[in-house]
Amino acid sequence: MSGKLRVVLVILLAVLVLAALAVVLPGLNYAQLNPKGLVADKQRDLLITASLIMLLVLVPVYAMTAWIAWRYREGNKKAVYRPDWDRNRFIEGVWWAVPVVIIGVLSVITWQSSHQLDPFRQQADGRPLTVQVVALQWKWLFIYPEQGVAALNYLRLPLDRPLRFEITADAPMNSFWIPQLGGQIYAMPGMRSQLNLVASQPGKYPGRSANISGEGFSGMTFTAEVISQPDFNRWLSNAAAAGGGVLDWAAYQRLAEPSKNQPAALYSSVKGNLFDMIIAKYVAPPAAQHLNAMKTP
Amino acid sequence: MNRPTSQAINSPVPVFAFWVYLMSDLVLFASLFATYAVLKDNTFGGPSGAQLFNMPLILLATIILLTSSLSAALALQAARLGNQAGTLGWLGLTFFLGAAFLYLEIAEFSKFVGEGHGWQTSGFLTAFFTLVGTHGLHISLGMIWMLLSGVHVLMRGLNRHTALRLGQLVTFWHFLDVVWIFIFTIVYLMGVNQL
Amino acid sequence: MLGDLSLKALPQSPVTAGGAILLVAGGLAVVALLFYFKRWGWLWREWLTSLDPKKIGVMYMVVATLMLLRGATDAAMIRLQQALASGNPGMLSPDLFQQVFTAHGTIMIFFVAMGFMFGLINLVLPLQLGARDVALPFANSVSFWLFAAGAALMNLSLVVGGEFAATGWLAYPPLSELRYSPGPGVDYWIWSLQIAGAGSLLAGINFLVTILKMRCPGMSLMKMPMFSWSVLGSMALVVFAFPILTATLGMLALDRLAGTHFFTADFGGNPMMYVNLIWAWGHPEVYILVLPAFGIFSEVVATFSRKRLFGYASMVWAIAAITFLSFIVWLHHFFTMGAGANVNAFFGIMTMVIAVPTGVKVFNWLFTMYRGRIRFDTPMLWFLGFVATFTVGGMAGVLLAIPAINFQIHNSLFLVAHFHTMIIGGVLFGFFAGITYWFPKIFGFKLNERIGRWAFWCWLVGFLAAFVPLYILGLMGATRRMDSYDSSLGWQGLFVVSAAGAAIIALGIALQLWQVAYSWWKRADNRDLTGDPWDGRTLEWSTSSPVPAYNFAVIPSVKQRDQFWEDKRHGLARAKLAHHAYRDIKLYKNSPLGLVIAGCAFLLGFSLIWHIWWLALIALAAVAAAIFWRSLDEDTERLVPAALVAKLEAARQGGRR
Repeated sequence: MSGKLRVVLVILLAVLVLAALAVVLPGLNYAQLNPKGLVADKQRDLLITASLIMLLVLVPVYAMTAWIAWRYREGNKKAVYRPDWDRNRFIEGVWWAVPVVIIGVLSVITWQSSHQLDPFRQQADGRPLTVQVVALQWKWLFIYPEQGVAALNYLRLPLDRPLRFEITADAPMNSFWIPQLGGQIYAMPGMRSQLNLVASQPGKYPGRSANISGEGFSGMTFTAEVISQPDFNRWLSNAAAAGGGVLDWAAYQRLAEPSKNQPAALYSSVKGNLFDMIIAKYVAPPAAQHLNAMKTP
Repeated sequence: MNRPTSQAINSPVPVFAFWVYLMSDLVLFASLFATYAVLKDNTFGGPSGAQLFNMPLILLATIILLTSSLSAALALQAARLGNQAGTLGWLGLTFFLGAAFLYLEIAEFSKFVGEGHGWQTSGFLTAFFTLVGTHGLHISLGMIWMLLSGVHVLMRGLNRHTALRLGQLVTFWHFLDVVWIFIFTIVYLMGVNQL
Repeated sequence: MLGDLSLKALPQSPVTAGGAILLVAGGLAVVALLFYFKRWGWLWREWLTSLDPKKIGVMYMVVATLMLLRGATDAAMIRLQQALASGNPGMLSPDLFQQVFTAHGTIMIFFVAMGFMFGLINLVLPLQLGARDVALPFANSVSFWLFAAGAALMNLSLVVGGEFAATGWLAYPPLSELRYSPGPGVDYWIWSLQIAGAGSLLAGINFLVTILKMRCPGMSLMKMPMFSWSVLGSMALVVFAFPILTATLGMLALDRLAGTHFFTADFGGNPMMYVNLIWAWGHPEVYILVLPAFGIFSEVVATFSRKRLFGYASMVWAIAAITFLSFIVWLHHFFTMGAGANVNAFFGIMTMVIAVPTGVKVFNWLFTMYRGRIRFDTPMLWFLGFVATFTVGGMAGVLLAIPAINFQIHNSLFLVAHFHTMIIGGVLFGFFAGITYWFPKIFGFKLNERIGRWAFWCWLVGFLAAFVPLYILGLMGATRRMDSYDSSLGWQGLFVVSAAGAAIIALGIALQLWQVAYSWWKRADNRDLTGDPWDGRTLEWSTSSPVPAYNFAVIPSVKQRDQFWEDKRHGLARAKLAHHAYRDIKLYKNSPLGLVIAGCAFLLGFSLIWHIWWLALIALAAVAAAIFWRSLDEDTERLVPAALVAKLEAARQGGRR
């Protein structure tokens, strides 16, 4: 095979691959690039901004590499050859300075966005809805403490209202993540972490655990359904009346036994301060825990 | 002119290498100190340091260990002067002081365990026993080394080879003294004063 | 008597049993061949007991290559599982799948990347420094054998116990605690890494001292070849980072063996502390691997551009900056733990700052090529492949370093693609360039160029096909380590492409093996008689190939950087070789004690995994006895008389014409 033919074939192949990608790729669902919540929205914008800023370096590097490699190839006797030229303060200064400037800009963005999108910070005005999230082996328990309702592997959220997730685990470490609504936060036993989000479009969004937690980890998926506030209220009152199971400490302990791929379920009544008791199990010795349990009604 | 070119044992390489090793051992201790700092308040219903530590005994152990550093230095000095009996004598005293220190430590540990405060009780006790115990383990290794060094000197007499090993041993012993000062300050003094 | 060991420990699942049978059969075949060709004595004298860093380096390479084959097999199983398991359980059970990716990560980092790195350092560093040996030749042998013992123990988990950790390669507690992982798998993980890690720490001390104390006359630090500089940075990191690993693994082992509460979720333990500690080692570890690769590229680019390395001083500063910064970025591995905005932002910015010295290095390499006369032999191809992939990986790394973005891509396949870009495109491509570059120096013949090119293109194309889909999947919300996923998510197509990419990489590996075999077979055609096949610049090219046991008949002295290049230019290189006033040379004698110590360490690890306490005590005592035995031995050197050196040199230089 002659050299020219080979080059033509390689280019043809590359064009074919790119064409195939151009047909297939736009049709896919890019969760993080297709945000449905305030936080995910800002995170997407940030991702794109930062990528563009870095292209300012990447593109010149690619171009320089290609040009230099071609221009100074051995066969090109016309090109200048300076075997002893090994330093130039100005040039070196430039490429210490250029990355410093770019990283400087990115640092400002990092500092601001870290505070603005701090998971602990409420993202919109209004009274937040608190949802307590418990990662279990291997399922998610969502407790609505103010409403006294709980759901398993299923999450309903009101539209356009600040959402405050309090997160813990009664299992190895997991990570609570609904990509289209915003970034993830670890769920750790004995710890209370927090994540503030706002959903801005109704719909059903997949959520999952992003951190390995044992055999059933891949099945730790759930659906987060965003509905309007009236619909949400209606769902809550129906749920309380629907006569789903009662989640007291004994029922919780049965639920917390390891199990895989549990179907979604609803508990119409949650007894006691379940979330705090789950955390207390890890942070205090059994005697103190007993007292705690007595204190909670 | 025909002297063999050699990277032999008398070059400063082993001495320098030993210092680098000590540096890495220091990082190991630093990790344990950091762990202790994180876990020291996690008593999980068990006793705290202030409730456990018997400071007079700890102070005694500290004085014993500091004295042993002195006698180790004197052993090395005797070795440099070619005084084999002196070397072995000072080394023997160092060994004895090390054993006394270790005895006090083991007594402290077994008292705690006897009272039901073993290292499985709480994060604090886990970190305490491990940090102090790792130092104690180093002390016992140093003592085994001391025995072997004594045997070595008895077998071969004082030569460059045995002197080099002795030098490393004594450096190691001083190093353990320094680590102990940190343990004494951070674990015991700060522990009883609840800083 | 045998602790927890019983017949039940034999492999239960067909996949593990298959692996075990393959492993045992392979081992038996090697033993049988050794008997058949009566090569035991040769193996023992020439290799196993040798303290020659060149021999030890080759043994590192062999073990690392074997482990690469196992790690790549694991990778193939991962890609196959994920390509199949759309809405169905696929071919591996979740538990097995988790063991496979844990083993894959552990093997690739600890036994492949570290193995190739220490191998190359052994082969090249003393030569570049103009030294006859490393600072501590016996410790060097112990280091290698501890590394090999760790590798052996990790593979033994296939045969005895039938399980490995299913926790991910860093075994975060509480998942790795006894409560959630009661089997011996995590113990295998702990003890194989503890043993190999002790070897790495010892090797780190050794090479650090070698660089600081063993340089030839005239070679000040600022005249050292850049590879040696990068090794200095890397080994400084080893000395400071590996003790943290030792302590951390030790604490996890105590939790599992003695019921302590370092990292348990209850009883006042703190799992987050483990995550901090393991990354306080783990992040420097990444730079431990990549710095020597940078060093290799510095040598390769200068040599193949036939030009001095551009910006030597800023290269040194860049290495120093990376070495320092790599210790203050560890928290970026867990922004999602919720440390608070100030802490996260600080570590994010520190992480991005590392991009500055790294960027400077890339520009310096490009300007080394600028106004050069570039030959595109395979080492140079690996460099170009590196620039193409590593810059993109670095960009992904900066995205991951911004906490607010990190929350959206952490633990996703985007992260997986990022670090594979850094480890394959950065570390492995660098090591492959180094292997091709220095191969003739060690073995006396060049590797076949044509097969090497094919292997390179397979790796590059395979890499893109395997990991570009993972970047995309990461942005589709696909997390890492899934044994199956819902078919409605539409992920399968990209996983299939990724699996095809892995197959192309496998072809690349096969070609590399074939390249070595074929080049050896045809070695008469591509023998390197000059000792300087690439028109090299540094001291290693001034001695003959393959390198004699004593490295240099006369210890060279150096007045400037690239001394050998300057000598050649001024017609002095040949004159320097025609030096006839040879002296006697002292070399280290063989010692089997390194092998013995590591063998006992292996037994110690094994007995701790299976709680066979008496064996553990015996093994520990044996290690101590072997060390004491060695310290008694004052007769560790042998003499190569000047007359013999003269004879050997005459024969070697005869071949040069």
